[in-house]
Parts: sequence; C-alpha cells; structure tokens
Amino acid sequence: MKITRIKFAAAAVATIGTLLAAPAYAGKTLDNIKSRGQVVCGVNTGLAGFSQADSNGKWSGLDIDFCRAMAAAVLGDGEKVKYVPLNTQQRFTALQSGEIDVLARNTTFTLTRDASLGLHITGVTYYDGQGFMVPAKSNIKSAKQLKGQTVCVQSGTTTEKNMTDFSKANGLNIKPVVFEKVEAATGAYFAGRCIAYTTDASGLASVRNKEARNPADHVILTELISKEPLGPMVRRGDDEWFAIAKWVIYGLVEAEEYGVTQANVEQMRSSQDPVVQRILGVSEDTGKLLGLDKDWLARAIKTTGNYGEIFERNVGPKSALGLPRGVNNQWNKGGLMYAFPVR
Amino acid sequence: MTQALVPKKNKWSWRSRSFRGLVYQVLAIGLIGLVIWFLVHNTLVNMRVRGIQSGFDFLGRTAGFDIGESLFPFDSNEPYWRAYLVGLANTLRVAVVGIILATVIGTLIGLGRFSRNALVRGLCSAYVECFRNIPVLLQLLMWYLVLTELLPATYEAWEAGPFFLSKGGVNFPIPIWTTGHAWTALGIFAGCVMAWLYRRWAIRKFEETGIVRSLFWIPLAIAIIIGLIGWLLGGAPTQMNRPFRGDFAIEQGGALTPEYLAVLLGLSIYTAAFVAEVVRAGIQSVSRGQSEAASALGLNQNLEMRLVMLPQALRVIIPPMTNQYLNLTKNSSLAVAIGYPDVVSIANTAINQTGRAVECIAIVMLVYLTLSLATSLLMNWYNARAAIKER
Repeated sequence: MKITRIKFAAAAVATIGTLLAAPAYAGKTLDNIKSRGQVVCGVNTGLAGFSQADSNGKWSGLDIDFCRAMAAAVLGDGEKVKYVPLNTQQRFTALQSGEIDVLARNTTFTLTRDASLGLHITGVTYYDGQGFMVPAKSNIKSAKQLKGQTVCVQSGTTTEKNMTDFSKANGLNIKPVVFEKVEAATGAYFAGRCIAYTTDASGLASVRNKEARNPADHVILTELISKEPLGPMVRRGDDEWFAIAKWVIYGLVEAEEYGVTQANVEQMRSSQDPVVQRILGVSEDTGKLLGLDKDWLARAIKTTGNYGEIFERNVGPKSALGLPRGVNNQWNKGGLMYAFPVR
Repeated sequence: MTQALVPKKNKWSWRSRSFRGLVYQVLAIGLIGLVIWFLVHNTLVNMRVRGIQSGFDFLGRTAGFDIGESLFPFDSNEPYWRAYLVGLANTLRVAVVGIILATVIGTLIGLGRFSRNALVRGLCSAYVECFRNIPVLLQLLMWYLVLTELLPATYEAWEAGPFFLSKGGVNFPIPIWTTGHAWTALGIFAGCVMAWLYRRWAIRKFEETGIVRSLFWIPLAIAIIIGLIGWLLGGAPTQMNRPFRGDFAIEQGGALTPEYLAVLLGLSIYTAAFVAEVVRAGIQSVSRGQSEAASALGLNQNLEMRLVMLPQALRVIIPPMTNQYLNLTKNSSLAVAIGYPDVVSIANTAINQTGRAVECIAIVMLVYLTLSLATSLLMNWYNARAAIKER
C-alpha cells in the first residue's frame, strides 16, 4: 500500500533526473533506440482497452499498439518495447528528462501542453470527450442535474479543469473530490462517496467494464463536456524522431483508408494502386526520408494491423469496452481520422 | 620567569592548526556551494534546451480548477497562489487539530498504562501495539473505507437531532453570523482576560496566605459568565443555519467531509500511539522517591501527578513529543491518497496544469520546512520553559 509514496518518490526522482541529465541533441533518440534495441514507451498504469498488463505482464491496448508499431517500424520487431507505467504527475517529466522515448498514455493535446512543456504532439489516435458516470438508480439524466453535488475525479488531468469550466458555465457549483490515483477515485465513486465520476468517455467505459460489480448499475451520460484528442507525445529538439512517430500514426490510418490490413499486407505488395505501393515501399522508398528502411510501414501494419484493426481489437464494438467507432472513423466515412498522405 | 610558563602564542604559520581548520571549512562550504550551483545551473540549462518554461510567474495566473473544501471561499477564477493558500490552510487544519487530538488521546492512553485496573492497562497496551505497528497510509485508507463504505448514502443519512451522518460526512448546524456574535466574541475575550487576571491574583494570594483557590473552575466560570453577558448584550442571537435533506444530498449547515475526518482520525490515532509511549517513558523516568515524597507530604494522587510528577516528566517528554508533532504534520501529506485537498494535492493539480514540476515541488518542500521549523521553534521555547531552572 506504499504505492502512493513510491510514486511520489518516483516523481521526485524524475525531477532530480531533470536536474542531472545531460542535454539531449537532435537525432539522438533514434540512435539511442537502435543501440539499445528497444523503444521505451511511457504508458498508463492500467486503463482497459488503452494500456493494460495481463497476469503474465503482457501489455495490450490501443496506446500499446502504437508503441509496438513504432518499434516494428524502427527496429523491425514489435516486441522490442520497454513499457514504463506512469501516473499523471510523472508522465511529462519522464518524457522531458529522456527516461522514455515516446509518451503514449491517453494524453490530451492542449495549447499549454504543446507550447510550454517542451513536448511535441504527434497525432491523434483517439478523439475523446469528457463525460460523467452516475448510478442508474440516481435517475440523473443530464450532467446539468449535478447542482451542488460531489463528483469524484483524478488529479493531474485536464478533467478537473473541464469540470470546473462546465460547472461555472452552468452555475452548478459542483464539488470535486480529487484523488491522486485513478483506483482511489473510482473506488470512492463505487463506494457511494460521490454522486458521479468524471473522466474521458472511453475511460468511463473502461472503468465501468473493469471495476463495477454490475456494469448495468451505472449509466454513462450521453453529453460530453469537452474535446479530448488523445495521442502520443515526443520530446522537442529531435525532429527526426518526431517525424517517425508522426508518420507511423498517419501511415496506419492511411493503411486503413486504402484497405491494407494485417492479413493482406503481403498480397497487397502486388497491388497496382500507386498509393498502396508507396505505403508498402514497393515503388518509392519513403523510409529513407525518415532515416528508416523501405519496409518500415509494412512491418508496422504486419505487427499491429491498420488503425481500424487496432481500434476494433482494443476498444471497438466487439471488444470488452464496446465503444462505437463514432468520430474515430475515417474522414470519408463521417469521422475525423484524416491521415496526411504518405508520399 | 612567569613569562616562560605561559605557553607561547603560536605565530601564524601555513602549518598551524587554526589555518588548516580555516582551509577545511572554506573548502567544505565552497564544495557545497558548487554542488548547489551546479544543480541549479544544470536544471535551468536543461530546461531551456528542452524548451520547458520555468519560473514562478504562474502563481499569479488564474487557477481554473475548483477545490472541494476550503476554510475560506475559493473561486476557480482566482490565481494559483490563492489555491496554494487554500491547500496550506487545509494542511494546517489537519495538523493543528490532529496534534491536539493526538496529545489528548496519547496522554490518556499513556497514563492508562499505569492504571491499577488490569483491563485498562491491557487495553492501553493493545492500543499502542496495534496502531503504531500498522503503516499510517494503510490506516488512512482503512478509515476512509470505513467512512465511505459503512455509512448510509447521502439521501438516506442517519439523523440525530440537527446532526446528519452519511457518506457525505457529518453535517451540523452553524450559527448565522450577526453583529450579536461580535458581542459574544468580545465577551469571551474579556472573560478570558479577567480569568487570567484572577488566576494571577489567586496565585499571589496563595503564596502570601496559603489559602487555596481553584485555579481552573473559577477562571472557567468567569470566562463563561462574561461571554454569556456579551451574548445577551448582543441581543442573544439564536438563529442557526440548520442542515436539511436535499434531493441527493444534505444541504446547508456546516459539514466535515469524510476525507477530512479520515485524515484527522487516521493521523491522530496513529500518532497518539507514539505519544502514549513518550508519556509513559517520561513518567517512568521520574524516580519513585519523588512520588513517595509527595505522598509523605500529604498530596493526593491528583496533586501528586500535577505538581510533582508531570513537571519533571515534561522535561523528558517534550523533545520526543516535538518529533511526533513534526511527523504528524509531514504525514498529513498522505492525505492526497484519499482525496483530501491538502497542499500536496493542490501542487499535484498545479503541476499538471502548468507543467512547472520543479517549482511546485519546491513550494511544497518550502511549506513543510516552514511548518516544521515553526513547530520546532515553538516546542524548543516550551522546552526551555520546562527545563530545570537552577536557582
């Protein structure tokens, strides 16, 4: 039960890490990854569907798959990833100090984070929004009924601020009870300390699925009170690695758009479609421009499947979370997933 | 002749002891300074290289988040430094009340271990062994679990007169502030001054004539009566803000949240176990002869404890007691685990909103350092007062 203390100590150590670490130089990240033979990926300590370790210590989830895809693109093997579970307080410091190469930890992109943390936003892997979960028997149908109520929330997230804005805009005077650990926050909600629990809608689904005694006893309100574009972040000052991280994401999204899947990636090599040929490195060597070989994207697709497959496997309607594709669909199917062209 | 006996004063020399001592001291201070300079400089350079903004200017910016409970009104439009103040006040609220509670419980348990009743003795020993051997974080979580799991939901709160008990905590009536209360406060203040004057007078009279007057009950009565007069002068305000059942929760009135109660209970009960040991050790350190001498003088048990044993025991008790008070204050930082908005919790949020990790952790360190030093100073002053005075 000393975990909180340990985490605080870890945050302190990470801070001291910033004090002692030598400055990083451009292009160093890729060299480091190659020489150590591993991509070090900062992930959530446990969020079903996004980043979760099973009883054998094997990680899975949407964020995890992007780590694996990057490892496959750079090192040729999706298993060559070292996962560093981080809490919300540690995550940015860990990336800033060079402890991790990429932060794939359901992190929301905001102006403040982009402009003042020394980090780069690579690309959106999940468009989310903040919602509320309430007990079904409370008969609350709208978040606007939460006037003067206590709401459990995890500290160190954009969630706290969104809720304050929402509360203020609607004159609700919501009282937050802020917990350091997500387990403590959800535990207090399920114990009945708060009338509602708030976080990103995907997180609510994950928590309801994993922790509720009977998931049907809890309702996720349909209204979302914020925009939460989630995706991986990298350190500033290394444009080469930034480009690789960015294009692995776009590549997997574009692969879905053009129908390249984990299963058919080999047959598609003989496709006559010039876009597919470029994606798979048959006609043009896009990898060379990124400092990789020409099969970089083909390997990534083979390891994790395209974006659609990653979505379906981890969070989609047929998975345990059962989230609808919604705005995370391709741009030409009514969603927001619009990959910059790989050419 | 006499001159030869006085050792010759060392002439200054490179090899003299005092010069070497000076060199070592300068080297040591220089080295410490260099290490600090290196850490600060390297941090600043690294942060600049990585494009991380730094500085304490964020303290003036709008916080933008709400705080669940605070001693004074806080609005999310107010700046970060105000949020820190709220956190500090919450930390102090736990630390001060916790120290008082721990001292009272601990002293009772410590004295209980000298009881002639075997059951009381056994229970007190069991208390100490049980609570001091379980990690304090675990105890906080346990109390929080007890309060949130076992109590009824807010819409089915237990009611006892004007009090409500539920998962939302304890709700109780509070007086509605009117000018009459200012008169009451003035009355109580005047009463305390009068009581203090009376006490001084009674002590002087006792030393002159030997007539014993109560030094506790009469002053207390004076303070209460004058306070009551003030209340009557103020028009005897009786209006209370009573809590009542709302749709989902208890509304209005004063409230103590389960987070606060759990932190307070957990820390007080944990620290009380240590205080009990300190008190026991202190009393045992006074030699048996003192107690026998007091009995021989005809002092009853109560007076013996108050006039003979305790003043001597206090000299042993106070220094380790200071440690316990410091521990309690520092342990209050664990409150973040159960959602109590203390200064660490506020700093956590601030780190995430602003990304100024180094600055925010520095502020938290400064807060605890200041609190601890202030406690130490106060206790050292008290210790000096209780120490043996050579006459």
